[in-house]
Amino acid sequence: MDTFVQQLINGLNVGAIYALIALGYTMVYGILRLINFAHGDVYMVGAFAGFYIALYAGFAAGASMVTLSVVLLGAMIIAAIVGMIIERFAYRPVRKYSRMTTLIMAIGVSLLIENLFVAQIGATPRAFPDFLGSQSQAPYRLFGNAAISKAQIVIFLVSIALMLVLQWIVYKTKVGTAMRAVSFNLNSAKLMGINTDAIISLTFAIGSALAAAAGVLTAQYNPNIDPLMGILTGLKAFVAAVLGGIGNIPGAVLGGLLIGAAETFVVGYGHHIGIASTYRDAVAFAILILVLLLRPSGLLGSTVQEKV
Amino acid sequence: MKRTLLALLLISTLCFSFACERRGSGTNATDGGGEIVVGYYGDLTGRTASFGVSTKNGVEMAADEINKAGGILGRRVRVIVEDDQGEPNKAATVVSKLVNQDKVVAVLGEVASSNSLAAAPKAQEARVPMISPSSTNPNVTQVGDYIFRVCFIDPFQGEVMAKFAANNLKAKKAAILYDFNSDYSRGLREFFTRSFTKLGGQIVAEQSYTQGDRDFSGQLTQIRAANPDVIYVPGYYGEVGVISNQSKQLGIRAPLLGGDGWDAEQLWQLGGASLNGNYISNHYSVDDPSPAIKKFVADYQARYQARPDALAALGYDSMRVLADAIKRAGGTDSAKLREAIAQTRSFAGVTGSITIDKDRNAVKPAVVLKLQDQKFVYDTTIYPEGMTPPASSATSPAAGDPSPAATTSPATAAPPPPAKAASPASGSNR
Repeated sequence: MDTFVQQLINGLNVGAIYALIALGYTMVYGILRLINFAHGDVYMVGAFAGFYIALYAGFAAGASMVTLSVVLLGAMIIAAIVGMIIERFAYRPVRKYSRMTTLIMAIGVSLLIENLFVAQIGATPRAFPDFLGSQSQAPYRLFGNAAISKAQIVIFLVSIALMLVLQWIVYKTKVGTAMRAVSFNLNSAKLMGINTDAIISLTFAIGSALAAAAGVLTAQYNPNIDPLMGILTGLKAFVAAVLGGIGNIPGAVLGGLLIGAAETFVVGYGHHIGIASTYRDAVAFAILILVLLLRPSGLLGSTVQEKV
Repeated sequence: MKRTLLALLLISTLCFSFACERRGSGTNATDGGGEIVVGYYGDLTGRTASFGVSTKNGVEMAADEINKAGGILGRRVRVIVEDDQGEPNKAATVVSKLVNQDKVVAVLGEVASSNSLAAAPKAQEARVPMISPSSTNPNVTQVGDYIFRVCFIDPFQGEVMAKFAANNLKAKKAAILYDFNSDYSRGLREFFTRSFTKLGGQIVAEQSYTQGDRDFSGQLTQIRAANPDVIYVPGYYGEVGVISNQSKQLGIRAPLLGGDGWDAEQLWQLGGASLNGNYISNHYSVDDPSPAIKKFVADYQARYQARPDALAALGYDSMRVLADAIKRAGGTDSAKLREAIAQTRSFAGVTGSITIDKDRNAVKPAVVLKLQDQKFVYDTTIYPEGMTPPASSATSPAAGDPSPAATTSPATAAPPPPAKAASPASGSNR
């Protein structure tokens, strides 16, 4: 039982990271009907932004919530700017062309970011400083062997807080109302006097900031960061967004948590049903195929697809 | 018109390839002239870049020392360095380039066994001797008779850790977490299991991961449930640092045991304090007080401002073994050179006395190091079967001091039972 609970905690911990990234995919899709394949790389950029902020500000590893907050906020701001730049210079110029053009542009941007980083700093993994002191601290015991570490608690709390903030922005503010209006119909929204370019830009900024938060948080649990870390994680977050129903914000969170849990349970219990732990990466994509076959609109997605 | 062009093209290609051919055979056949060109390939920018860079440092330092002392047979040594980014297919490509285009007399590399295995056939086909400084998987030298290594092999390395776990740590139950896609890791897992069960131990859990994985909590939770005394993690530093970190966060107290793949400065950045109390088997210890090692460590530090890890030491030794063989072969003729490398006996390397056996592997002792406060602290030496510890002291500067354990070096203050450590080894001799 304690092992099961532990695996659940592990899975939700991974899932929270996927959920934060999936939110960016789903928000951009909701507004532009664009799968922003460069989003996984923005997550990587966020992690590296945090790494370099810590490096140049001289923040050494050591338990300090203040440094973690500074690094987290700094990384989110930098990633938000990067997200807006990508939107402004890569997607906006081709927005008037077919959707396929934008999609190919997204793939191009993704490869460009990855290779720029590899060329600039090399593919060598870097070690993110440990701001929680979790390397030397025993976890908090729940019952039996089940335990939760400081890093895991912080990941849960910060992700929940960020999701609540996002929910508040989207449903309670004027900007959020405008975002929803744009997602219903871009042209009508424009006719209603909404500055759609600004709203789209803001959507990219918010999504990118969430991805950066995921990058910094995950680095507190797994300090190994490299320029290609966004590829697989980004793809899995994309699957999470599709599973939850792409374009649907609560769906992205649910999808992320489910993918994280599924993956961890395959590692933990897969061998009982003949699935080796090395299948963990395959699971997310098997789920993608199943969702597309059985319920293309995702778990929480609306069945009415014809929005445009 | 088109036909003329084609003909011209054909002729020029032929001329070019002929020219290449002549240039190549010139370097190989005419001994005594020009410099000796040696190829080095390794991971300089990939996931295991620490390995490749350290080894390159060692190789280049040895080459410079050789040149300063007048070269080999009066000829200067030049090392051509190629980066394979830690990928097997790229390793094969760069070795092809080294042997076919650069016409090197010998190739040094790789560290990771999977990369050596991919590249070795290229050297073998071209009949250019290849010396791997530190690939420990047994299959590497079985690629062909031109492939050698100057390190011990995994059956021995796995056995060393199994003996250490069973005899020194008194472990009865071991768990294993290995890298599914790595020849190195899979080999060590197999040999550790074999030796540990033979010594009466039991493997209570076995889990795997793949290089690049970011989360190991699922595997570690299953391992924790099996309640092992030790956890064997024969992986590379990038993942191991994180595994150690996450095992701590799950409240696992059993020590992690590893191999030479952990030996990198970056391990400490990733794992930090969570690594304390773990053990690895390795090729040499920086704290070894023998004069040869002390000199090597001091020279290396002066040159690179870093402590030489075992890979740097093996890179250094591989270059010197090669230089010694060229000297004995009287030149760089590939068949004679191959023969000379195979005849290497009791070569005094910094990583111990190197004797190449019939399978083209080096037979050497291994050291066990304890991880403590950002340092690999010497714990004990374990000898292969048939090798008596003091016997080699005359020829090997590494074993020069009767007992490295009895040193005054500050590092040895930590391990409590180092003196008794040699007993499992001497037991295995007879």
